[in-house]
Amino acid sequence: MPAVECSELVVRYGTTTAVDGVSLSAEPGEVLALLGPNGAGKTSTIEVLEGYREPASGRVRVLGLDPRRQHRDLVARIGVMLQRGGVYPMVGPRRVIDLFARYYPDPVPTDELLDLVGLAEVERTPWRHLSGGEQQRCSLALSLVGRPEVVFLDEPTAGVDPEGRIGLRSLIAGLSARNTCVVMTTHELAEAERLADRLVIIRSGQVLAGGTAAELAGRGSGPVVRFSSRPGLDIGGLELVLGAVVIEETRSSYRVEVTPTPTVTAAIATWLAERDAELIELRTTASLEETYLSLVGTEPSAPTPARPQRQRRRR
Amino acid sequence: MRALWAQVRAETWMTLRRGETLLVTVGIPVVFVVFFSEVHVLPTGRVPAVTFVVPGILALAVMSTAMVALGSATGFERAYGVLKRLGATPLRRDRLVAAKIATVVGVELIQGSVLVPIGLGLGWRLAGAGTSVPQAVGLVLLATIAFGGVGLLLAGVLRAEVNLAATNGLYLVLLLLGGMLVPLSKLPGGLAAFARLLPAAALSSGLHASLGGAGAVPVESWVVLAIWSLASPTVASLTFRWE
Repeated sequence: MPAVECSELVVRYGTTTAVDGVSLSAEPGEVLALLGPNGAGKTSTIEVLEGYREPASGRVRVLGLDPRRQHRDLVARIGVMLQRGGVYPMVGPRRVIDLFARYYPDPVPTDELLDLVGLAEVERTPWRHLSGGEQQRCSLALSLVGRPEVVFLDEPTAGVDPEGRIGLRSLIAGLSARNTCVVMTTHELAEAERLADRLVIIRSGQVLAGGTAAELAGRGSGPVVRFSSRPGLDIGGLELVLGAVVIEETRSSYRVEVTPTPTVTAAIATWLAERDAELIELRTTASLEETYLSLVGTEPSAPTPARPQRQRRRR
Repeated sequence: MRALWAQVRAETWMTLRRGETLLVTVGIPVVFVVFFSEVHVLPTGRVPAVTFVVPGILALAVMSTAMVALGSATGFERAYGVLKRLGATPLRRDRLVAAKIATVVGVELIQGSVLVPIGLGLGWRLAGAGTSVPQAVGLVLLATIAFGGVGLLLAGVLRAEVNLAATNGLYLVLLLLGGMLVPLSKLPGGLAAFARLLPAAALSSGLHASLGGAGAVPVESWVVLAIWSLASPTVASLTFRWE
């Protein structure tokens, strides 16, 4: 039985459809990432799984239970990390973990948890004075107090510095090693690729693709061969040889719009050899990033990389 | 039960650490009791000032804790996503509400243990026809539920900052219209009639009777408080938004 599954999930806010037919599942011990630009429906989806939202339609099961109607049975077995807040601002990590421990029948000892998330040194610092990364780790610790079988993490690495991310990553890997199912959302491709066993790419409330990072990378944007060599090659000659369009995409990176066959790759290698040009790299599959961009496109809602973006206010 | 008790302890700890809460629940009532008992500016007629002031300020203290402190804290917990997060734990909502009620009652006991000795020190005595501590306790319990419901009603629908302003504004209005400092008889007739329908005046009239020797507790006090203590929590529970 999958730890988490939903099929044909639809979530509406008034007349707006935030989630439009999402189906997904995750097994125990698996890390599943919902990847997509802001406003794609990731948080709405995860909040249905957590039991916060009533779906307009679709079937949802977490550990075999209905998150709304069997909420009381389910909450003791799941852990939740909200996108923002969720912790008393004036209370330090130790006190709030101690409090949450009392909610659960068999909690993780507070000392163990503080060490695990690396908050022992700031255990008495009020939550509002913790750094972004420390707040996220405190929220993560609270999601783990009850030894959950499924953990839902909404943007766990948002606002966390690179060092903090490494810590969060190893924590999440540790969860999966203990057979905990992790369902997380992120709008960062690299984060999803590093953390997740499987990815589900969502845009405008719909699943565009799903699979492992390698599987997704294989689904390029059509028949393409990419190679790298020295810059400024006279590609007109190669176009004649292959009978296909060749473009120098970036300096010394070339894209050939042709179905990759052994003949094609051999022809490229030969053509380069005749010009004494070294073949540095040749790929017949797209990278995950290329797949992602070809699927998601450059929607206006996509993040601007140069500027740290603010979270969209949810209703 | 373990969860409930832990929640009561945590809520009490947080309440007693919020400076603004201590100011409104203990600081202001103490200042009022001392000042208005010693400086005879209130139109209390032939009744000694302290005899009027102590029951009135006890009523104010109840309103401060059950409505202002509970309401503003809950509003901020809602804004910070704490209430939402607790919804995904095994702590049941009824236990959370029970913990908040227990915390309010605990703070009221602290207020009583500060204000009553100060009142006694200033010359307040429980004497006169109709004084009854059990009746006073009953009135305080009803009023706690009524004010708590009003505080949660506002906290459950307004943004945290708006809620804070609204709760404090309401506190000021009810302080002036509640017969706590100014006897209701000094208000214009229409305003006094309106004020009598509010829980503040009902509680202070009841306490003036049961603790100040102003005669038997008016039936009106019981009726008004009973209605508010049913209506306000009911409306709050129907309208409360957890996130």
